[in-house]
Amino acid sequence: MDNLDTDQLIPARFMSAPRADGYGRFLMHDLRRDAQGAPHPDFPLNRHEDVCVLVVGRNFGSGSSREAAVYALVDAGIRAVVGPSFGDIFAANAVNNGLLPGRVSEAEAQSLAEILQDDPQPVDIDLSAGWISLAGQRIPFQLDESWRTKLINGWDDIDLTLQHQSAIASFRDAHVKSMPGALPAKQINAP
Amino acid sequence: MSGPRTLLDRLWSAHEIRQREDGTSLLWVDRHLVHEGSHHAFAKLAARGMAVAEPGLTFAVVDHYAPTRRGAGPTDPDIGRMISTLRDNAARHGVKLFDLDDPEQGIVHVIGPEQGLTLPGLLINCGDSHTSTHGAFGALAFGIGATEVAHVLASQTIWQRKPAAMRITVDGVLGPGVSAKDIALNWIAALGTGGAQGAAIEYTGSAVRALSMEGRMTLCNLSIEGGARMGMVAPDQVTFDYIAGRSYAPRGATWDHAQAYWSGLRSDTDAEFAKDVSLPAGDIAPTVTWGTSPDQALPVTATIPDPDTLQAGGSEAAQQALDYMGLRAGAAIAGTPVDQVFIGSCTNGRIEDLRAAAAVLAGRRAKVPGLVSPGSAQVKARAEEEGLDRIFADAGLEWAAAGCSMCVGMNGDTVATGKRCASSTNRNFRGRQGPGARTHLMSPAMVAAAAVTGAITDVRPLLRGRAV
Ligand code: SF4
Repeated sequence: MDNLDTDQLIPARFMSAPRADGYGRFLMHDLRRDAQGAPHPDFPLNRHEDVCVLVVGRNFGSGSSREAAVYALVDAGIRAVVGPSFGDIFAANAVNNGLLPGRVSEAEAQSLAEILQDDPQPVDIDLSAGWISLAGQRIPFQLDESWRTKLINGWDDIDLTLQHQSAIASFRDAHVKSMPGALPAKQINAP
Repeated sequence: MSGPRTLLDRLWSAHEIRQREDGTSLLWVDRHLVHEGSHHAFAKLAARGMAVAEPGLTFAVVDHYAPTRRGAGPTDPDIGRMISTLRDNAARHGVKLFDLDDPEQGIVHVIGPEQGLTLPGLLINCGDSHTSTHGAFGALAFGIGATEVAHVLASQTIWQRKPAAMRITVDGVLGPGVSAKDIALNWIAALGTGGAQGAAIEYTGSAVRALSMEGRMTLCNLSIEGGARMGMVAPDQVTFDYIAGRSYAPRGATWDHAQAYWSGLRSDTDAEFAKDVSLPAGDIAPTVTWGTSPDQALPVTATIPDPDTLQAGGSEAAQQALDYMGLRAGAAIAGTPVDQVFIGSCTNGRIEDLRAAAAVLAGRRAKVPGLVSPGSAQVKARAEEEGLDRIFADAGLEWAAAGCSMCVGMNGDTVATGKRCASSTNRNFRGRQGPGARTHLMSPAMVAAAAVTGAITDVRPLLRGRAV
């Protein structure tokens, strides 16, 4: 399905829950169930257990910046989503939570979906080489270089950034001097 | 950098602290806006025992969960907890909070500009995708996720890869009853939700120049619905006039200096864009969405497309959308009965939007129930001064307090399952306004037209003989 947006990945009404309780149960909540809350038997995620890779349609994760959409996937045990394109903020959020957003062509996504149509298959993903293999086929996926390193090393950006602390401090000083309005007026004027 | 530069180039280089070998830049953040949804980010900060690096550049606001009927207070304990958590976090870190009862409270993307926090040349982040709104001032403004919010809180910086620059030129004059919302829905329908994927869009052309700041904000706000990362308009006199005198805006000598600097924030005439699109303003009709994705939009005069005639990929999606929306291919979109209406949101909850809706509603009765939620407490006060609240009430619509309200349904304002809502918001996603809700996006004037006729209607005949 194309354009599977963040409101479908996790409906807004679940977003006040604390993360500690796990977000997996909210994943695609309203798509998976009918109005009475009974699961649709033929929805792919309801048919299989232990799913860790999802093959998805175009523009997956479009819409909101809600990182909860990624939490729902990760907490449900998903390690990778593979599809032709992703919502921009969604993909960044995914990488920040160790979830791979792998880009493949429309045709490759289609053939992956066909292979997986009836029977789920064990899947191998090689992050550094950039391919996904299943049912004897090896399909390359695209991933931003900086994201690849981040996923492989499990880097935390905050630690990385704090190494640049002194560069940040001197930039700040020069910036607030040169950029008009860099500091909000009310605060400058405040005693 | 030498050679012709785009507005994006100028804004980017003014904030770049350094660039990594892989091309990712570390950028300085001038304003960080947070709301109730930032609780995950504050929790990450707490887990590391860190403080907010720049509390003076961080501003918090209650909006997503703000109850629309203030008197009653939040009835749901979860909603109350979301608001009190933000209060606690703001107090703990010394961050200015625009709380529920603050006369300056409102939707984050409405009050940023209203308070003069949003200025040309600044880099603005918020954990909300519609942060693109602030680009209307010639600012670099984009939404971020919770991990990134935590990063900005901790360091006042963000790692970003520079997006591709794209230009959308709208020349000519918009017809009566046609607004910025219609420009946006038009280009999104024309290019598809992936048409601007990841890009920074600069809007130019005489029709864009002629828009008020409110209109430019609507346009930039919806950039994200076309898949773009941000939208921007080069600042001009309209921008300066809007900003002058606002609470947090520069004054005196700083103001003169600022205005001189801001005047240089534009793309060189020979700057190159990765993608260049033109749209004649005169061709744009009032536009409505018929499906569950913002690119599924058409002129109100058109008929609902037949999925069989669309290309392979689009046809299945179109059929699913029609099923969900309960619509029939080939039927005229005008005349589709609606059950209720909603006017509000960061897209169309500003004073001009309310005026446009009131111009249609004045002296008329709504045939269906509806809710009007102003974008901010100041918009509400202004509307009441102008008597717009009475026009809405006399028409039979409910006049409520400011917040995100029915745009996202987090505060309890939702559309019931299977009900059809004409809405001035930005997302017609399945279930966005409540499980099973059917949303049709359109301009505030078009929502008003739907209210008085009880169906999706071309607003233009209803405006004849009225001052708009
Ligand atoms: S009004 Fe809607 S789109 Fe805007 S910030 Fe609130 S929830 Fe988000």
